[in-house]
Amino acid sequence: MGSYVPNTLEERQEMLKEIGYSSIEDLFAHIPDEVKIKGGLNIPEGKSELEVRREMENIASKNQVFKTIFRGAGAYRHFIPSIVNSVISKENLLTAYTPYQAEISQGILQSIFEYQTMICDLTGMDVSNACVYDGAEAAAEGVAMCQERKRKKAFVSTAILPDALATIHTYCHGNGMEIVEIPEKDGVTDLDYLKENIDEQTACVYIQHPNYYGNLEDAQAIGEIAHGAGAKYIMGVNPISLGIIKTPAEYGADVAVGDGQPLGLPLGFGGPYLGFMAATEGMMRKLPGRIVGQTEDHNGKTGYVLTLQAREQHIRREKASSNICSNQALCALAVGVYMSAMGSEGIKEAALQSASKAHYLAAELDKIGFKVENKREFFHEFVTVSEKCPCEALKALEEHGILGGYPLGNHRVLWCCTEMNTKEEMDEVIRILKEV
Amino acid sequence: MLVFEKSRAGRGMSMLPACDVEIKKPGEKDARQKELHLPQMSENDLSRHYTELAKKSHGVNDGFYPLGSCTMKYNPKINEDMAALPGFTQIHPLQPEHSVQGCLEVLKKSEEYLCEITGMDGMTFQPAAGAHGEFTGLMLIKAYHESRGDEKRTKIIVPDSAHGTNPASATMAGYKVVSIASAPDGGVDLEALKAACGEDTAGLMLTNPNTVGLFDKNILKITEIVHECGGLCYYDGANLNAVMGTVRPGDMGFDVIHLNLHKTFSTPHGGGGPGSGPVGCKSILLQFLPSYRVVEKEGALAMEKAEHSIGEMKEFYGNFLVVVKALTYLMTLGKEGIPEASQNAVLNANYMMNKLKDLYTMAYDEVCMHEFVMSLEDLKKKAGVSAMDIAKGLLDNGIHPPTMYFPLIVHEALMVEPTETESKEVLDHAIEVFRKLYNDALENPESLLQAPVTTPVTRMDEVEAARHPVLKYEFES
Amino acid sequence: MEIREGLLYAKSHEWVKEEGDVVTIGLTDYAQSELGDLVFVNLPEEGDSVSVGEAFGDVESVKAVSDVYSPVSGVVCEINEELLDAPESINGAPYDAWFIKVKEVSEKEELLSPSEYEAFVASEQ
Repeated sequence: MGSYVPNTLEERQEMLKEIGYSSIEDLFAHIPDEVKIKGGLNIPEGKSELEVRREMENIASKNQVFKTIFRGAGAYRHFIPSIVNSVISKENLLTAYTPYQAEISQGILQSIFEYQTMICDLTGMDVSNACVYDGAEAAAEGVAMCQERKRKKAFVSTAILPDALATIHTYCHGNGMEIVEIPEKDGVTDLDYLKENIDEQTACVYIQHPNYYGNLEDAQAIGEIAHGAGAKYIMGVNPISLGIIKTPAEYGADVAVGDGQPLGLPLGFGGPYLGFMAATEGMMRKLPGRIVGQTEDHNGKTGYVLTLQAREQHIRREKASSNICSNQALCALAVGVYMSAMGSEGIKEAALQSASKAHYLAAELDKIGFKVENKREFFHEFVTVSEKCPCEALKALEEHGILGGYPLGNHRVLWCCTEMNTKEEMDEVIRILKEV
Repeated sequence: MLVFEKSRAGRGMSMLPACDVEIKKPGEKDARQKELHLPQMSENDLSRHYTELAKKSHGVNDGFYPLGSCTMKYNPKINEDMAALPGFTQIHPLQPEHSVQGCLEVLKKSEEYLCEITGMDGMTFQPAAGAHGEFTGLMLIKAYHESRGDEKRTKIIVPDSAHGTNPASATMAGYKVVSIASAPDGGVDLEALKAACGEDTAGLMLTNPNTVGLFDKNILKITEIVHECGGLCYYDGANLNAVMGTVRPGDMGFDVIHLNLHKTFSTPHGGGGPGSGPVGCKSILLQFLPSYRVVEKEGALAMEKAEHSIGEMKEFYGNFLVVVKALTYLMTLGKEGIPEASQNAVLNANYMMNKLKDLYTMAYDEVCMHEFVMSLEDLKKKAGVSAMDIAKGLLDNGIHPPTMYFPLIVHEALMVEPTETESKEVLDHAIEVFRKLYNDALENPESLLQAPVTTPVTRMDEVEAARHPVLKYEFES
Repeated sequence: MEIREGLLYAKSHEWVKEEGDVVTIGLTDYAQSELGDLVFVNLPEEGDSVSVGEAFGDVESVKAVSDVYSPVSGVVCEINEELLDAPESINGAPYDAWFIKVKEVSEKEELLSPSEYEAFVASEQ
């Protein structure tokens, strides 16, 4: 049993004596008896480090680590350079608190400033915050920040990550905004529906690009419709895709959000991931969460500091637009390292290879009866539909250590490729599926 | 220098092999036109850049970090190793259930440990941080009242000593915040509470011990008053490190709680996150929990959604790898370690408080729990030295300052939380430094007004940073 | 500390200038010195109604937010947009840095004369 309490029993007694107590229980004497636990906690006894390691490793071994993965749907297996883990393991960064004391936190503050810069560069937007919990929550906060007194309606595409749609609903149930779900048509957001129903009470329009099925949306047209009605345009984007796909800024977005997990964060059974939020200059003060700014110290030296704090909960309290306090800071650091290690060329390459391999796999799958459903251009995800249920096929892949696409029901499967998938692996998939 | 200023065109790292299939580019109308300016650097230059940044940072691993309300306890290394196991990091959240029995076991075991420690009947690990947990808990309370057709409950009661996230979360959940003044002894003013409770009360948000580090002895009465008017009681678990193993929120009358795994359960703060804010609740709220809970079905573990779930608070199941770290810690401490940790947190805080109270004014002169609050108001009047100045003076002595100016009910507040993972000699040294600074304030106040002077930068011009925000580096092209 | 003649004062430290039907409102020198360096101002929109004793906007310093209260009920007919770009003018010239002009004034709270306000501020300190 370890409790990480350095002081020995003797040392504790000494301390107690010095301050006039005879036992530790004395310090809890004022707590009413009725609320105190009797008989101790009903949990296992503490273990030595060796035992804990054995037990946790045993638990981990009950998970199947696939040798290759063709599944995305919100969590993507990309290459993570070794330098990422090397940096986020540095203890001064790992074990530090939020950088409220700027003078001893310049390292962390600068890394956030660099991250903000890189997110703006990737998305083309003017300002970025220091991150929020993940892409779904960023979408919900993005919708909330577009609220105005006379505009409380949000038009949200249904061709987005289901968890993002659900999260937007949960948040709006709290803040009172009305959600109008835009149906999908031919695998993308129904433009006509949006055109016909958008009105003067609309605060914003939210789409995902590429969308849940991998399709590229009519992003330009949707933005024009939104602005035409005086509403804001929010795009949920895949950060790797921005290596080769037009930026939200170029499509006219007011707010760009998404999940930064593809940028150097492991799959980790769903978390911790990272929500990035970027916006136009005009929306700067509506962004939730921490933001780092550049300034000078009293000797004129350039430095970094948390700024625009009057937006946040610790100052505005019940008038704050968001309650967010802790975010995913270390993940933002990982993302910054990833973007610096990959560089512009690396991100472009990762994007290009992901798209190229997806198109190769799609063409090959189509030949053997897994018909590609996508009628639009797609990035690195696509949907196949087959005559038979794909369950047998997916099981066969599993037995070979391959995690196939994500079954969507109705014989449909959502496949994903990244730069990690090789031609050999994809050919093996085809071979296995042919046999089934 | 920023990483962008160290970038040189043409440099870079060789990360990926050539593409082994035909290249497919996007069509013209969707192709990116804007240039990308991400850094182009060799690995050694990049690595040195981050070593430089790390040197200008200060973590618990660097020294004493008595940040009140943050529980900056030591972050055990085994936690990091376990969270880095490929059997956890390489698992896709949408793998079939039979292939993630280990992950499900992590969630189930963590729920069992933490429900026992807190006296709750079930728990969700989806919330990513404490504030996220608060919002989740309030949405559970909302769902509860809505399910009973109780539309009148529009208000949440919050003491004025509460952490800012409490009222902010209440607003996000669509509630009006009723702030009640604390009693002179720092606890909840029972009369004020009774007056605020009514048919429109959805619930109360409270932490015990409270934000001034004191255990509110009236806690059973408090939760009774709220329950009597039909409201529910929410426990902010940020201060659990004071009482875990001795008292359970469930036994104090709380219906729903959140925990901060990155405070009480030793997962590292990472410069501001990621944390994890699991939400536990009593059986009346189980049917509303978000995301999934792990249950046993036909001899295996499976994920089950609650019957009337409030939906999702974010993607997937929560900050899973952070939960792995907390579970590792729970296994290490176990039945005796948990109360041992909290008891020593309380001992360390009382030790420091008693050895400083002859100089510093303690906001409340009584036994404290895991943290205590000092008021520098007198010192400010006497010598013109504020809480901020003492804090900056500590920076020059290698000690991270306590929490400043919180809670709001104490003027010129400094909140000190040593935690249990500090040895007697670390505490003795810190006490010495605090005492020295107090005397410096009296004898040479100017030195503190200039502090810090030994850090990489001195006090920052925050006014300019807010008036004319510069929030990113501007590239030339 | 300056207390300008020709103006009336509210106990919540706003100054009021009445010119015919229109009332101009700003923050006093005492208020700005208590608040410290101001970094941002949140103003209502033209056409918004204001109510006596209720906040119509707020001012932000680095570490705090403070409500600005309306001493009258009426309709906002003009807002001082310059304040949005230069909140420091409230610190530098509080009696020139007006926040809003209000018309259709229906209610007014009890306002203090310059000398009454001076006495009031002295009693607060």
